[in-house]
Amino acid sequence: MPPPAKPIYGSLPDKTPGAFDGELLAFAEDLRGEGVAVGTSEILDAFEALRHIGWGDSRDFRETLATTIAKSPDDRRVFDLVFERFFFRAAEAQAVRTGVSEPPAGTAGGDFDLDELRRQIAEALQEGNESELRDLARLAIAAFGRGDGSGVLGVDVQRIRRALGLRTEPQPELPPDDPRRDGLPREQLRRFEQQLRRELERALIERTAALPPKRPLSELDRALPNGPVQDLAAVHRVVAQLKRRLATQGHELRGRKRHAHVDVRATMRASLQTGGVPVELKFRPQRPRRPEIFVLCDVSTSVTSASTFFLSVLHALHDAFRKLRSFVFIERISEVTEVFERERDFRAAAAAVSRDAGVADVSGYTDYGRVWTEFLAMIEDELHPRATVIVLGDARTNGRPPREEVFAAIASKAGRTFWLNPEPRLYWNYGDSVIAAYEQYCQAFECWRTDQLEEFVKALTKPVVT
Amino acid sequence: MAEEPTSVQAVATGLRSAGYLAGESTSLVAYLAIKLGKPVLVEGPAGVGKTELAKALSRYLDRTLVRLQCYEGLDEAKALYEWNYRKQLLRIQAGTPDGGGGGGGEKTGTGWEAVQEDIFGEEFLLERPLMTAIVSPEPVVLLIDEIDKTDQEFEAMLLELLSDFQISIPELGRIEARTHPVVLLTSNNTRELTEALKRRCLYLWLDYPDLEHELEIVRLHSPDLRETVARKLVEIIHQVRELDLKKPPSIAESIDWARALLLLGAEDIDSTLFRETMSVIVKHRTDLDVVAERVGVKLQQAPAA
Repeated sequence: MPPPAKPIYGSLPDKTPGAFDGELLAFAEDLRGEGVAVGTSEILDAFEALRHIGWGDSRDFRETLATTIAKSPDDRRVFDLVFERFFFRAAEAQAVRTGVSEPPAGTAGGDFDLDELRRQIAEALQEGNESELRDLARLAIAAFGRGDGSGVLGVDVQRIRRALGLRTEPQPELPPDDPRRDGLPREQLRRFEQQLRRELERALIERTAALPPKRPLSELDRALPNGPVQDLAAVHRVVAQLKRRLATQGHELRGRKRHAHVDVRATMRASLQTGGVPVELKFRPQRPRRPEIFVLCDVSTSVTSASTFFLSVLHALHDAFRKLRSFVFIERISEVTEVFERERDFRAAAAAVSRDAGVADVSGYTDYGRVWTEFLAMIEDELHPRATVIVLGDARTNGRPPREEVFAAIASKAGRTFWLNPEPRLYWNYGDSVIAAYEQYCQAFECWRTDQLEEFVKALTKPVVT
Repeated sequence: MAEEPTSVQAVATGLRSAGYLAGESTSLVAYLAIKLGKPVLVEGPAGVGKTELAKALSRYLDRTLVRLQCYEGLDEAKALYEWNYRKQLLRIQAGTPDGGGGGGGEKTGTGWEAVQEDIFGEEFLLERPLMTAIVSPEPVVLLIDEIDKTDQEFEAMLLELLSDFQISIPELGRIEARTHPVVLLTSNNTRELTEALKRRCLYLWLDYPDLEHELEIVRLHSPDLRETVARKLVEIIHQVRELDLKKPPSIAESIDWARALLLLGAEDIDSTLFRETMSVIVKHRTDLDVVAERVGVKLQQAPAA
């Protein structure tokens, strides 16, 4: 009997491998590593709950863990991703430990009928049958994946998908009874790709008898979607929540009863009910402080993907704050307040902005220095200590002078100044980014993840102390 | 008096018979809440059935529903208990020698102790929902609605209550709960609740249902509506939800629309009928325009009458 293998997964302590309690604790550690706060009481709750539910059914198991551990929609998203990653790896680690391996699929059959395979896969995708998809994924890998794999999982997955001819768009050149003719549902295709990926990973682990390092989760999957247009819906979801938060933050500014003044007349009137004794104090209603906000948004190509997001944030802010004036700029600045007030629909507003704003000049590259000068000239008289200025941009000024003294003048006139940068902090000040010059005069936030946006909202809606 | 449910399936069937179509996770969380005795925090957009869940649970478990509607500025007096000042003042005034009649005779001049005992009795205590839930001899379902509207002080008070299930009134002493209520907290996710509260509760996120589920819900509430109309209704509602509206239609509005269409005896939803009944599902002026031009045009014109 060979001595037990060294633990493959690195830093975890050498407990009885595969024991369930240990696995659950390791899972919690993993979650904590990804930034989800999991307390010991919650783990205890999870164990208690599992006692009632049992862990036979994988869906019930996952739901039970989720309800005791993931306490918000954001946490739930991270939980789902870590769950997939952890329990897949745990199963594979166990398999490697005990020397179990999958029999290679379809070796007895010999040649494949590729067309038949394609048809079956397309049908299974239409129906959405998970277990069928898994088996078919294995067959597909056996048919296409052996031998000429490139080693990079993502590339292999795409290669196999192309070889199978699976696309979301309709393909009218196929025969009428082919299920791929009308195009395949995007969601199902994505899931099939996930299955392919998982099976490829599994084959890789078997071949090398070791686990590859964990794919880090935080940067890729938690970033705000700022890529293709299909993700606009996701952006809108985030922004909708932002709108809700902003709407109530305004209420909070109003409801500080402690600082309210006692309304003597109303109190005396109320005291008549209690025999002239003022038992109940009545307060004078507080006027909500209407913040005055100026937003400047960079819409050049260096931030195109982020500018969709920024424009929708702008849109949300217009809903929440009455006195808001918005500007877009590339080389010159232009006010777009009316566009946002006129157009309710975001897409129309974005189109109108790009059509009418007239901010691009010859080169289409941002010139921050000039923008500040123009803005100051336009707005100088209207900036006051209760105003807030927000700049959405990446501070990449393409070699032109940053003119931070003008920016300093703006920042000193306004009450508060914020800068939202869509790049991770790591990239600040690399290349032509001059954010350091501006950072000293304002509060800069990196803004490419949901929680960062929330932090900004909190800072923005903190009551203005005059 | 219904017995305790024995499995997640039993809870799902029970909720269905009470008129609420629960999703998978909903029945599981409800089952855990009953078994573990922990409160449930239900979050989600407005109108997805958070309050309905509490009502259905109370119907299924055959317990009274005690409801506390939270608002900004809600404090202990309105939520927990309050002394009825006016009655107390009247009692004091009626009890003095120059006041009422002979009824107050033996109280005269017996000192502070007697007055105190008299004034701070159970009859002068106004019970508010939280207290009702605690002192009730039968177990209840306690619904604390829209807790995200309250402030942190209230949450702190609630935390204390939810962990020990006892109230201490300075004049009367400590009152402990005799039965364990099922507690549901709902939130519209407008602000982050404190970590301590979230830690104490099980979490459930209710989202807009998918097509098939919503169709089932509509059919449950309006069984007489034609199958084709119901299906088209649900598809249109889903399209409307994809648009960027100020207030997307909720499940309650789908049900209302189904009832309206049933009342009008609709055979099919064409563009005129849609335009006429649109205001049942869309509740803002600007949204009406957006919906009319994006969804309304896709429907067929009404056949020439």
